[in-house]
Amino acid sequence: METPVDTSQIVKFATLDDLLALGRANSLWPLTFGLACCAIEMMATGMARFDLSRFGAEVFRPSPRQADVMIVAGTVNKKMAPAIKTLYDQMLEPKWVIALGNCAICGGPFVYPNQYSVVEGVDKLFPVDVYVPGCPPRPEALIEGILELEKKLTGKRRFPEVKIP
Amino acid sequence: MSAIFDYLTQEPVWFYVRLVLFLVGTLAFVGANAAYLVWVERKGAGRFQRRPGPDEAGPWGLLQPPADGIKLMAKQVMTPPGADALLFRLAPALVLMPPMMCLAVIPFGDKLLACDLNIGLLLVFAFGSINVMALMLGGWASRNKYAIISAARVVSQNVAYEIPMLLVVITLLMITGTMNLNEIIHQQAGGFWQWNIVRGIWDFQAGHIGGNILVPVTFLIFYTCMLAETNRAPFDMAEAESELVAGAFTEYAGMGFGVFFMAEYANIVVGCALATLLFLGGWQSPIGTVPAEWGWWGTLLGTGFFFAKMYFLIFCVVWIRWTFPRTQFYNLLNLSWKILIPVSLVTLLLTAGLLKLPNLF
Ligand code: SF4
Repeated sequence: METPVDTSQIVKFATLDDLLALGRANSLWPLTFGLACCAIEMMATGMARFDLSRFGAEVFRPSPRQADVMIVAGTVNKKMAPAIKTLYDQMLEPKWVIALGNCAICGGPFVYPNQYSVVEGVDKLFPVDVYVPGCPPRPEALIEGILELEKKLTGKRRFPEVKIP
Repeated sequence: MSAIFDYLTQEPVWFYVRLVLFLVGTLAFVGANAAYLVWVERKGAGRFQRRPGPDEAGPWGLLQPPADGIKLMAKQVMTPPGADALLFRLAPALVLMPPMMCLAVIPFGDKLLACDLNIGLLLVFAFGSINVMALMLGGWASRNKYAIISAARVVSQNVAYEIPMLLVVITLLMITGTMNLNEIIHQQAGGFWQWNIVRGIWDFQAGHIGGNILVPVTFLIFYTCMLAETNRAPFDMAEAESELVAGAFTEYAGMGFGVFFMAEYANIVVGCALATLLFLGGWQSPIGTVPAEWGWWGTLLGTGFFFAKMYFLIFCVVWIRWTFPRTQFYNLLNLSWKILIPVSLVTLLLTAGLLKLPNLF
């Protein structure tokens, strides 16, 4: 019996797209801003214990023109929403969004009848690529979110998946 | 083979060969330096803050600069609405031009310089001050209030620090008596006690007091001014992200922004190279002299000494950046106008006096 040989796995050509995706995935510069308690966890992620810089993602750019990924860390108030939308629009393509924490995902603890102040989920404003749940999520979760975003770009996971027994 | 070599080293041809070599060489040097100094900076920042720094892209994160480069080049190009499109695009080119011009006269080795100019030092300072104009142009053309404010800051900062820098360089010029950079290095031959930073205090060769006994202070002032001129922390008013978004290049994205960063690192290289050759003996060996009969190998060794000194100073720049917080703007100007300028004036007077002193005995 003859086994078909899949040559595409033996000879691998780096197409420009792959190269671009690799470059982008290894230098995801976030936009410097935090909205609420989740931002503290985002700062902790950049600090010594967790160190976002290992993945080249520690360059928090203050200007939206130079940032690639927007980490929406915290509660999005209705007053804050136009500003965030402006920042998103000012970011240049290609751009990605990580919704960090329950508030940014769906309003979190602020969802109750007659609530008038909080946008229930930042995906009501613009598309979100990665959702990182938690209230607040641990820094490891944000790193996992960044890795997930890299996987979305390159199609490969950087580290082997941890199997939960 | 030797016929080709003879042809290439003929005078008019040699000039063009040198020109092409210089252009290719400086572009490669500036590019490689900018890329890997960013790596040193990020890695250094990591180590100073007790974290590993970039280490996932390639071994020790060595592929981080190419990744950043690819990312920056593949980013959308945009001129903000209402901006002056021509000036906006011209500014990154203009900001990179001066440091590359300065590299033309900097001798990296005995014969390793593109242009042996007898007013080399003057050329470096002339082009060094154009750099400010380019930053201002970038800030102005992007039509963004933060960029304009920070462009104004950059100008006042650079004007304030140009003065003490030139004053301390004049004290040195009074000792050396020449503006030819290679000549200045030749004068410092013999060992580290012949370098200007020691020779200024006590001239061992002549056996009398040197021209400027405050020369370590002079060096410190020069280094401080160099930090301020290149807009590095703690004086990075050009990019005060906690106050002015991202300073003069707020509106720049992609490679336009990347070129501003390249220019910053190229300026640091020029500044540290200047500090090396003015104070630390350039390509002279720290002990004795490299024998002339070693020829090109001796030149290569000298280049090694030059780079060792220069990169040590550059490492100190990174070290200072991640150790000190940013100063306030009026403190920055106070430091220049109230401390550095008076002190450098005193050293100027002192040098003028001391240079006359040995003649009196
Ligand atoms: S999800 Fe929780 S921790 Fe995060 S911003 Fe909302 S309330 Fe704060």
